[in-house]
Order: sequence, then structure tokens, then C-alpha cells
Amino acid sequence: MQLIHLGKIDYAILFIYFGFILSIGWILKRYVKGATDFFLSGRSIPAWVTGLAFLSANLGAQEVVGMAASGAKYGIMTSHFYWVGAIPAMVFLAIFMMPFYYGSKARSVPEYLKMRFDEKTRGLNACTFAVMTVFSSGISMHVFALLLGKLLHWDYNMSIAVSGVIVLVYILLGGLTCAIYNEVLQFFLIVFGFAPLVMLAMKHVGGWDSLKQQLEPVATSNGFAAGAWTHSWQYLGSPTENPMGVGWFGLVFGLGFVLSFGYWCTDFLVVQRAMAANSMSAARRTPLIAAFPKMLFPALVILPGLVAIAMVQGGDHFLPYVNGDPKLGLDYNMTIPMMLVRFFPSGMLGVGFTALMASFMSGMAGNVTAFNTVWTYDLYQSYVAPGRTDAHYLWMGRCATVVGIIISAGCAYLAASFGNIMDMLQLVFSFVNAPLFATFLLGMFWRRSTGHGAFCGLLCGTIGAAIFHGLSLANGDLPGIKGGWIDPYFTFNSEMGQNFYMAMAAWTSCFVLTIVISLATKRTKTDDELRGLVYSLTKKPETAHDPWYEQPVTLGIIVLACTLVLNIIFW
Amino acid sequence: MQFDLRFAIGTMFTLLGVILVAYGIVSDSAIYANTSLGININLYWGFVLLAFGLFMLYLAISARGKAKRKP
Repeated sequence: MQLIHLGKIDYAILFIYFGFILSIGWILKRYVKGATDFFLSGRSIPAWVTGLAFLSANLGAQEVVGMAASGAKYGIMTSHFYWVGAIPAMVFLAIFMMPFYYGSKARSVPEYLKMRFDEKTRGLNACTFAVMTVFSSGISMHVFALLLGKLLHWDYNMSIAVSGVIVLVYILLGGLTCAIYNEVLQFFLIVFGFAPLVMLAMKHVGGWDSLKQQLEPVATSNGFAAGAWTHSWQYLGSPTENPMGVGWFGLVFGLGFVLSFGYWCTDFLVVQRAMAANSMSAARRTPLIAAFPKMLFPALVILPGLVAIAMVQGGDHFLPYVNGDPKLGLDYNMTIPMMLVRFFPSGMLGVGFTALMASFMSGMAGNVTAFNTVWTYDLYQSYVAPGRTDAHYLWMGRCATVVGIIISAGCAYLAASFGNIMDMLQLVFSFVNAPLFATFLLGMFWRRSTGHGAFCGLLCGTIGAAIFHGLSLANGDLPGIKGGWIDPYFTFNSEMGQNFYMAMAAWTSCFVLTIVISLATKRTKTDDELRGLVYSLTKKPETAHDPWYEQPVTLGIIVLACTLVLNIIFW
Repeated sequence: MQFDLRFAIGTMFTLLGVILVAYGIVSDSAIYANTSLGININLYWGFVLLAFGLFMLYLAISARGKAKRKP
């Protein structure tokens, strides 16, 4: 059965959106004169645009769909992915790290590693990052095609072709600028598409207090205290007390420190947006401007999940089962699409559905623009063909875009035929990502750390993550791809808890080894060469003359204070 | 800045707003009873989108006016 019936007006809205993103590409085409314009937007974009794009690039559909699903499964604790797992890292990036990224004139994150450490560290990071971005965009495509198949009975091949071609065309035309502009458009679409959904859903359940009451039986029927779905911190004392199966230590250090800082501060996909800003001040404000809406996004993406589970508990069975089989349980990933159908009439349904489509495409586009830059600058220009003309690299960037999308589509088909391959890959990516922040932290704040130290630390952190994974298992899982393939020595209450501790193990092994090996090896870069790359050797950006609302430290403090207040309200 | 994004955002949301408002006026009220709790969400939210779109257009046009007077 088709789950969504789109009327003519809904399709009209969808096509208007497609028309707009393609015409923005067409308008921007004439501004793309060289490789710098294509890959870095000529460092000419104002802070509010890069800020919203910074947020949107991360707001792929997996996030929108997944966070609502988590909201239903775990309740308001899901907000930790925002208030603990994003905001502090975004503030840290803005205040402490952006001056090095932007000030060093590095064109990518791997290039910063080359300037700070050496060629091999950059090579390692560039290769793993390039592979990860095309695979993530492939996974995104696959999920998109599956969802459209379920909702509208669109053909799998057609969904892949539509998403691939649209993203391809606008990136080819307008490069990074176009991706960024469309991300901003998507941000507003998501806000305006989902806000009325949340309002109607809240009205339907009778407001927050009534929702809280309706969530009590959800918690007790799952064997938790009555408030487990509506308190974010209260039940974190022990992993057995909350539906996520994590304790506060794992959450704060594993998610809040290692994973969150590793993603927000080192992932070129998001950092690239800030690097495109038109000044140092704008680059530093980018993550902060993103942090304000990010802080409030739980209301848009988690709240629908809470309402959905309360409605199901109350006897409104609007969520389908996984693969239509009641034995497999409810398909929480369908929360957002089914809420759209439940609450939106034709017209608004078009806007909501378009917002969902937009989040898929911008998630893919973010990966593709990051991939073509890293491929062209860090791999092609460094190892394959150095010293060519700017026009040649621009041409290469366009080729990389086409090839990147073709590989992504290939990955999507791979995922469609062997679902496990994607689980496997995502697992390997988590090994690679976990130690990254230790390398950057030492690189930026300790001038004694060396290239050999960083390289070995990264490798060993990755191996450490793999070993920890082999030694640990979540309750209820069988040894194998879920862990425990060496020996299930540590057991966790949930896969999430296992994942948080794995990240900590990887980070710690990378951190310790980088220090030990750095001390054992000779410094290869002098203080002069490290100027602008290491905190103690860099002049602090002058902000005293800016108005308070343009000062990163002031904005950062405001963001952190507001986040603290939100945590206390939903304690 | 090369091309003011606020023009694009403004135009798109104005267009969407107009479509929703128009559809909200002509559509059968029965479609709202089953979905949006009887509220004509197309009409009301259409106005919100329209207002936002026009505000963005206003910002873009006034910025352009300033840029013209300045050089």
C-alpha cells in the first residue's frame, strides 16, 4: 500500500523547490571563474549564510528521520545529541580552533594536518575522509530511495537517478557556493515545514503537561520509572535506569567529548562551510550562529517522536510495522513521514514532504562538495598532478563531482544488495573517526607534538577502537559485527553505551601514543613554521573593537548559558 | 557579496505562501477535519510563509538600495 498520496498541488510545491535549487545553480554559474570559487566559494560568504549552511550540512535526512525515531524510542534523552553532543563542541570550534583553520589559509582539514604535521598524516586523513564521504552519500541515497519506495512506490532506480542528477547539476554549476545556498534554503524549508507539524501534534495531545502524563505509561510498560521519557538527566545514574542504556560518564565523555568534538571540530564536511566565510570574524561566528537554532532543533525533530509514541500508547496505530511484520515491532524510522500524513492536508503535505526531500539532497551535496575538494587538493594536486593550472584543477573538481556521485550511486546499489556491507563500513568509519580529535587537540595546543607521533597515534587509535570493539558486546547481541569477535570481555547495556566507551578507548590510545612517540622523536618543524598553526605561537584574533554580538567569546558564553538552562528545564 | 541569497529565499517563500493561501481558500474544508484538527492550516501557514517571504525580499531590496547609494 502506498503510504503517502501526494496531490497535484503537493507535486507543484516539490517541483517549485527543484526549480529553485537548479536555477540558483544556473545564476551562480557565472561567478565560478576558478578553482577557488568552486571549492572555497572564493571565501566570500557572509556569516549568517555559512552559519545556517553549517547547521544544514549536518541536518541530513538520516538525522531528521533518525532523531524522531530516537525520540520515540528513548524519549527526551535524545536531546543529549544536541545539548551535550553538539553545542559545546561548536563553541570550542568557534573560539579556539577556527583561528587556525581560517588563519592558516588551509583549503581543507587534511591540508591543515599537512601544514601542522607532515605529508603522511595528511595522506591518511585525506584517503579515509574521501572514502567515507562517498560512502556516506551512497548510504544517504540508498535510504532516500528506500523511503520513497515505501511512501510513494517510486522505483528504486528512479529515486537514485533523480537525487543524483539534481545534486550533480547544481554542484557542477555553482560549486560549493551553490551547495551552501541550497543548504540555507533547506534550513528554512525544514523550519517552516516542521514547525506547524509540531504545533498540530502538540495541540492534538493537549500540550506539554498532558504529553508528559501520556508518556508515563510508555515508560512504565517498558520497565522504567514513570518519568524516564521526559527527563534528560535524572535517570542517567545507572545504565539500567534509562531506555538508552547509558550512564552519565559514558554520555558526557564518550558522546559529549570524544565523539562530538571529533565530529564538529575535525570533520571537513562541516568545517568547509566555515572556511568559505568572508572574514576571520565571520568564520568564527559560523558555528555560533549555527548553535542557536541547533539548540532549539530538538523541538522540531525530537518532539514529533515523543508525540508519536504517546499516540501509539493511546491506541492510535498510525505507525507501520517494520517490513509490515508485527513481530518485528514498530518502524520508528517512519515517525516523521507518518506524522506528516497524519496531520497535514494536501498543500502543507507538499511543503513537509519537500522539506524531507531537501534534507536528503543537501546531506548528499555536503558530502559531495567535501569529497571533490579533498580529492582535488589533497590527493590529486599533492600526489598525482602537482603544479597544473587553476583551470585544470577546476576541471578536475567537476570530474570528481561526477565520479563521486557515480561511486555514491554504486554504493547505494551495493547497500541494496548486501545490507551488511554498509553496517560493516559504518563500523570501520567509527573506528577511524574516534581518535581524530586527540590528534587535532595535541596538534593545536602542544607545539612539541610531531608528525610521526600524530600518524602513529591516529593509526593506533583506530586499531584501539577495533580491539575494544572486539572485546565488548551489548546485552542481547551475538558476537560478530556487533562486537565481541575477540572475546566479549566487557558487556554493555546497549550498543550506544558500547559505542561511547569504544570512542573513549580510541581517543585515549591516540592521545597517549601521540605524546609518547612525539617525545621520542625529533621535532621536524620549527616554531617559525608552526606560527599560525599552534595556539601558543599564534596571535589571538583582535575582537575588542567589534560590537558584542560579533564577538565569538561573548556569543559562545550566551549559547552555553542558554543550553545550560534548557538542560535544567528538562532535567 | 555576489548574489543576494535573500532574493531567492524571499521569492520562493512568497510563491509557496501564495499557493498555500489560494489553496486554503478554494479547498474543501472536509480535508482539514481528518488531518489538521479542523484547522485550515494551508490558509494560516500560507500567510506565515508569505510574510516571511516578503520580509526576506524587503531585506534584499533595501540592502541593494543602500549599496546603490553608497559607491
